[in-house]
Amino acid sequence: MRAVITVIGKDAVGILAKVTGICAGEGVNVMDVSQTIMQDLFAMTMLADISGLKTDFGAFSDKLKNLGADLNLQIHVMHEDIFNSMHRI
Amino acid sequence: MLNNTDILETIKMIQEENLDIRTITMGISLLDCIDPDIDKACIKVYDKITRAAENHVRTGENLEKRYGIPIINKRISVTPIAMISAASAAPGGNPVKFALALDKAAKTTGVNYIGGYSALVHKGFSAGDSELLKSIPEALFETERVCSSVNIGSTHAGINMDAVALMGGIILEAAKKTSHNSCFGAAKLVVFCNAVEDNPFMAGAFHGAGEPDVVINVGVSGPGAVRAAIAKAPDASIDEIAEQIKRTAFKITRMGQLVGAEACKALNVPFGIVDLSLAPTPAIGDSVAHILEEMGLEKCGAYGTTAALALLNDAVKKGGVMASSHVGGLSGAFIPVSEDAGMIDAVKAGALTLEKLEAMTAVCSVGLDMVVVPGDTPADVISAIIADEAAIGMVNNKTTAVRIIPAIGMKEGEVLDFGGLFGSGPVMAVNKFSPGRFIGRGGRIPAPLQSLKN
Repeated sequence: MRAVITVIGKDAVGILAKVTGICAGEGVNVMDVSQTIMQDLFAMTMLADISGLKTDFGAFSDKLKNLGADLNLQIHVMHEDIFNSMHRI
Repeated sequence: MLNNTDILETIKMIQEENLDIRTITMGISLLDCIDPDIDKACIKVYDKITRAAENHVRTGENLEKRYGIPIINKRISVTPIAMISAASAAPGGNPVKFALALDKAAKTTGVNYIGGYSALVHKGFSAGDSELLKSIPEALFETERVCSSVNIGSTHAGINMDAVALMGGIILEAAKKTSHNSCFGAAKLVVFCNAVEDNPFMAGAFHGAGEPDVVINVGVSGPGAVRAAIAKAPDASIDEIAEQIKRTAFKITRMGQLVGAEACKALNVPFGIVDLSLAPTPAIGDSVAHILEEMGLEKCGAYGTTAALALLNDAVKKGGVMASSHVGGLSGAFIPVSEDAGMIDAVKAGALTLEKLEAMTAVCSVGLDMVVVPGDTPADVISAIIADEAAIGMVNNKTTAVRIIPAIGMKEGEVLDFGGLFGSGPVMAVNKFSPGRFIGRGGRIPAPLQSLKN
């Protein structure tokens, strides 16, 4: 099972490290990372394998959301199927 | 790997454009709860609903987390109660007992509304129907979460004008009984022509007799996302706008299909339909009126509104149909006045009148919805508004409905505030001439001809 983690906000030092740190702690394997700067917003998307997740999906998602709130960033964790169903026929 | 632009587009639609799943509604048949003893029947009704929907709300909440998309409402619809109460209509069989059982079941399962305190009387009244109709104001007063609907006409049967005449008074009484609470009773009551059996939206949802025992129906939303898509191309021709709406509707509906299918898997219940709907809320940026204005109308209600709405409604369906394996319900754009920030503004500015709304209902989903009229509007005028709206549905082979709220003690221009998703409605002007003799005649309007269409 794979999830897409998106981080949107103002660029700062160590965002990637902090997000991947939580992933590692929860048993989530980051498979792909890409980042762009849109206007002056930092946008990072990560594809992560969550089959080894130690907690449940909601708790993992809340953890990253709280990190986002601390860093003044929007962090979303969403199952990849929502993107597949919306953008693939 | 998924494309970054697609991922960010989805996030933007959810975060900034208020894209959401409006409702996951579990339809539950109560036909096996019939009992000549009304108290026994009520216990069976409560038990069946709480058993079938035990995990309904929790499943919805889990899916919200998993897909990162808000699911605003988790609801239940049941078999029209008149069918169940008919068997227990013996003396002492007050159908309000069923409403109380439904309300209790809604609270136990955690759903915010339960629909189905309903009767289908388009051709006439059978046992139980009249009793139920008479009890509607009391049922809506006594309960918090129960919604009621009555089907008074259809293309195949014509319009039951006796029922139309009754409904005017019933709506007025429902408003009067709840006048301490923004006349909210009337907001939980819908009068239909050509009611559908699989509608997931309140207040008109009920579980038709031809439906499976338990089923999940999904209603999607997303006026904000459609408006934003049109705003990206300010100089586009109408053809391009139609194309843009179709693309957006496809994406919105795919999401509904996904969430519906996953909910069914989790609950082990068959999947009913996705309702291809654009359902507004009073939140800024979640308005159907603003889509029409984005197309180039100064205000919703200006000449051109009906044409723009026809285009919107058709494009939403065309885009949505391919995105879902089963489409149904009301499917189309909703125009509930009090629930749509753009409609509220248009009424306040004098751009949108009851007459224009009536014309709009000929080309879009449903009908006169969440319309607030002066509290001294006579019952026969309300009945005549219902008759006009039902005639549009009957002749055009579509569902039309009336959810009208007489604002007791209020005059034209004042504002009735419901709060929350129901918003606030400016009291609209009503034609003062009397339809009394027409409504007083009773009888039935014969079903219209299905050929010689002009």
